[in-house]
Amino acid sequence: MNSVWTKKNKKLKLESDSGWGYGFIAVALIAFSLFTAYPVINAFIISLQEYRPLGSTYVGLENFKNTFSDSLFWKALKNTLVYTLLTVPVNIFLSFLIAILILPFRKKTQTFFKAVYYLPAVASGVALSVVWLWIFDPLKSGIANQIVGFFGGSNQNWLGSSATAMFSLVLMSWLSSHGTAIIIYLAALLGIDNSYYEAAEIDGATFLQKLWYIVVPFLKPTTLFLLVTGVIGSFQVFQNAYLMTGGGPDHATTMVGLLIFNNAFTYFEFGEAAAQSLLLAAIIAVISFIQFKFLGNDVEY
Amino acid sequence: MGLYNSEMKSKGQLFVRNGLIIAFLVLFAAATIFPIYFMIISSFGDPVEAGAMSYSIFPSKISFESYSFFFKFSPHSWDWLLNSLIVAGCVTVSNVFFATLAGYSFAKMNFRGKNILFAILLGSMMIPGQVTQVPLYILIVNVFELQNTYTALIMPSIVTVYNIFLVKQFMSSIPKEVIEAAKIEGCSQPKIFWHIIMPLSKTVMAVLSILTFMAAWNDFFWPFLVTNTMDMQTIQVGLKNFRFANTTYFAPMMAGATISAVPMFILFFALQRYFLEGVTVGAVKG
Repeated sequence: MNSVWTKKNKKLKLESDSGWGYGFIAVALIAFSLFTAYPVINAFIISLQEYRPLGSTYVGLENFKNTFSDSLFWKALKNTLVYTLLTVPVNIFLSFLIAILILPFRKKTQTFFKAVYYLPAVASGVALSVVWLWIFDPLKSGIANQIVGFFGGSNQNWLGSSATAMFSLVLMSWLSSHGTAIIIYLAALLGIDNSYYEAAEIDGATFLQKLWYIVVPFLKPTTLFLLVTGVIGSFQVFQNAYLMTGGGPDHATTMVGLLIFNNAFTYFEFGEAAAQSLLLAAIIAVISFIQFKFLGNDVEY
Repeated sequence: MGLYNSEMKSKGQLFVRNGLIIAFLVLFAAATIFPIYFMIISSFGDPVEAGAMSYSIFPSKISFESYSFFFKFSPHSWDWLLNSLIVAGCVTVSNVFFATLAGYSFAKMNFRGKNILFAILLGSMMIPGQVTQVPLYILIVNVFELQNTYTALIMPSIVTVYNIFLVKQFMSSIPKEVIEAAKIEGCSQPKIFWHIIMPLSKTVMAVLSILTFMAAWNDFFWPFLVTNTMDMQTIQVGLKNFRFANTTYFAPMMAGATISAVPMFILFFALQRYFLEGVTVGAVKG
């Protein structure tokens, strides 16, 4: 790294930094070992056990076997996948669209819209879930039903019927989780040098051509970042499902994260929960790897 | 901006184009903040059961009855706010201090094993929270027996890897000559950190404290797991309890939600610049 350093300097630096270097990271390292590293290792051990507070028994791969033969696990996995496919690409597209549309305005206008779109990210998830619960009130006077009724639709039992429960959660995500992505996209858009557009304009490129041949390639790393973090986040998300539907009706909104949480803290099946959490980690790792492999070949970080 | 064609647009066309864009943006913005608007407006309604009322998008009256209903629900309602403040405050202070310290160390100091250690930390960010959730719960509740204490609420997030990463990214832009010069003058590392690095890192420390405070304030599952009496719960857990105990009281529920969210809104509007900066710090390569 520091190739410019002379040997003497390097030695001096090493000597004078060592003690303080470790000292400065000591608290961070202790916290990390205790609250991240140890739990991760322990997760592997617990996943092989029938956990009891006083004396667990080793059961081998029993927990994993049970999980694979549990139809609820596959259903939760399917629900998670559906939720991810419906939310992440749409949210990225919406954010991209909004960022492009905010771009031509003055800085003040840009900041105003950024702040407005970011606001739901500031509100607590519990507060938002409480509000949305009432928006999805199944009675005719509920806000969502009033809107549907205005367009001539019929009354829906939003969160109470397995046909619409998942869609209700997706709709909530569409309208409340794009603030961050818009800001990130806008920052990346402002980083594109004007000369590219000028050159394209001389060649007579239209707006859409510029969008497709300049903006999209330039924003590819940003899109990949949002895609990977979005999918990772979406695979773990279950707070809204937990607070609004409890995973129901008929497990229509049970995501893997919620299944693990329930196994652990409702049924106290710690072993099975640990096994499922490791499977979830493996699935996320594989999906992230595939995304990098197929989309990131010409992206440099 | 160069993306939009500058020539061949008359003033009228430009006006129409911008008008259409603004209309779309405003419409989408309205849909985005509608739940928040709805929450605040409805919280001023009377604390009556929902069956007897209909929702309105415009406030018919302003009363604070629902707020007092929320605070009367439990003798510990004020404790929830206080607990949230204590926990979020402690987590923020410790994160700012220890993450800045560690971030500086990883960015600017040389010691054996630094790169490997940092790679391990970075790699651990990929691990989903569910993996550590159960063992962490067992560690805190069964092994350390810290259930229902501030220690249990604060300790696990005393310094997060993400914050260390954030600081390290930022510190990379501080020229190493500054530190070298101080060292040649005989300045010790703690002094360098205190007198040179900290003043130079005010921005990242501000961003970090805001993001950390917000995350700690809004955190629900961990406080929910490690507290079991009302006097130790945070506002988010309290709000959830209130909701399950009063499923039909619409306005008081909105008042509770507003109470849990408003401190963050105030913070957001007061320190908007740092919030919005914080979003991009970790994402866009500088």
